[in-house]
Amino acid sequence: MIGTALFFLFAGFAIACAVSMVYQKNPLYSAVSLVGVFVALSCIYVTLAAPFIAVVQILIYAGAIMVLVIFVIMLLNLDEDKPLTRLRYLYAVGGGLGLILLVQTMFIFYAVLRAPKDPVDTSQTAGKSLSIGQAMYTEYLLPVEIVGIMLLMAIIGGVILVRRLEPGQLKLVVDSELDKRHEEEEKDDYRIAF
Amino acid sequence: MIVAYTVLAERKVLGWIQGRIGPNRVGPWGVLQPFADLLKFILKEDLVPDKSTKFIYFLAPLVALTCALLPIVVYPFGPTITTVDWSFLPYGLGDGITRLPLTIAQIDVGVLFVLAITSVGVYGIALAGWSSNSKYSLMGGLRSSAQMISYELAMGASILGVVMLAGTLDLNGIIYAQITSPFRWFIIPQIIGFVVFLIAAFAETNRVPFDLPEAETELVAGFHTEYSALKFALFFMAEYVNMFTVSVMCVVLFLGGWYVPGLGRIFEPGSIPYAAVSHVAFIGKICAFLFLYIWVRGTLPRFRFDQLMNFGWKFLLPVALGNVILTIIVVYFLNS
Repeated sequence: MIGTALFFLFAGFAIACAVSMVYQKNPLYSAVSLVGVFVALSCIYVTLAAPFIAVVQILIYAGAIMVLVIFVIMLLNLDEDKPLTRLRYLYAVGGGLGLILLVQTMFIFYAVLRAPKDPVDTSQTAGKSLSIGQAMYTEYLLPVEIVGIMLLMAIIGGVILVRRLEPGQLKLVVDSELDKRHEEEEKDDYRIAF
Repeated sequence: MIVAYTVLAERKVLGWIQGRIGPNRVGPWGVLQPFADLLKFILKEDLVPDKSTKFIYFLAPLVALTCALLPIVVYPFGPTITTVDWSFLPYGLGDGITRLPLTIAQIDVGVLFVLAITSVGVYGIALAGWSSNSKYSLMGGLRSSAQMISYELAMGASILGVVMLAGTLDLNGIIYAQITSPFRWFIIPQIIGFVVFLIAAFAETNRVPFDLPEAETELVAGFHTEYSALKFALFFMAEYVNMFTVSVMCVVLFLGGWYVPGLGRIFEPGSIPYAAVSHVAFIGKICAFLFLYIWVRGTLPRFRFDQLMNFGWKFLLPVALGNVILTIIVVYFLNS
């Protein structure tokens, strides 16, 4: 009973924040609304006896990613969004995607209604850190490693993209290029001479 | 209360360090000074800047203080007390009273919970800086969010060593792991982690020598330049509660929490006097850390911002990661 009430409270909060995120004209308000969605979702995870996932949700999404987003918005000082006059066809695409999402949701409802009712045992350690760690490093080891390598690639890519060549270094690179060309020219001259 | 008296203690100790007396007018030794200050905060006029973004301007101090206060629910204030048998109560109501844990909520990811909530606290500062629509506030907000994001990494990495040694993320579990470990306190095997954690903690709470976001000489008062009266008081309280939080984490992770070596021989573990002495020891350890904060504030000058960032990313984070790898190797060989 209390669980249901809490669920509707947090779900309502999440939906309200999500709607506000889409409809806000100011990008910063949108970002703050998205944080609200994350917090509400993590509250729902807590009521589902998965504290680890709830905490990680806040730690990573709200605490790290959204802070960076807000950071960028603050730095760029974006203006309020103006309604798009071009790219009208995106409305049709968005509508289509929304329809697909709605059908999917309906299907999930249908599947849940058809599924055999198994009472969830909250004493089971499904959402606890120990079971998650064991599952990650035994059953799902390969996906974890792949994700790790992809993240490493992303980090290296980011570093390379923002790297600025020092003036001295740049000169060195150019100089060595020039030297190479010079040598080749000299070689050519040498051959011609003989 | 702790906030009020930390502020008073800070002013007193700073007074001593700088050869002054400190507040001594309100009550004997100025013990009533914090209440006078609070009253003043409430009675002052609340100015709202004309061009601020009103909603977020009001939201920011609330976010800051809420995120500072929330971690209190997982602090292990003392050992579990075994009182008289209450199991005659129906519906298992007596179980919680028979073995009364001195923690408000026992969740098995306490360490992560504290980290997560404090990381959300950045919003309070960033939004405050943005919404007041003033250049000093914006710069202060940006600086402080950059600083907190950077040092959060080093802080998390420095905690990993302790978590590996204890084998649990539960704060009470970490204390019990320290009691059963041969070193008693994790500060001995994790001295590198402790130093990194302490430095990162100073940066996380925006205290001297890392108080760049509110460097008076360049930014007036940083992110809370435009805040007055009670809203300013909320930020002020959030800062001191954060100091308290970080001290609690330090004590629990590295100094054995409420555990006093040898106390189990005098009182029976689980009895009320045992819990009382443990609790006093816990508070005493926290006070020692708060004193350290004030002491450092009284003695160290401020970093420059590029120094701060270089130090965080190029020194503190590699050291913390190195400590993690070292701990992994040691734990692996100890277990095999």
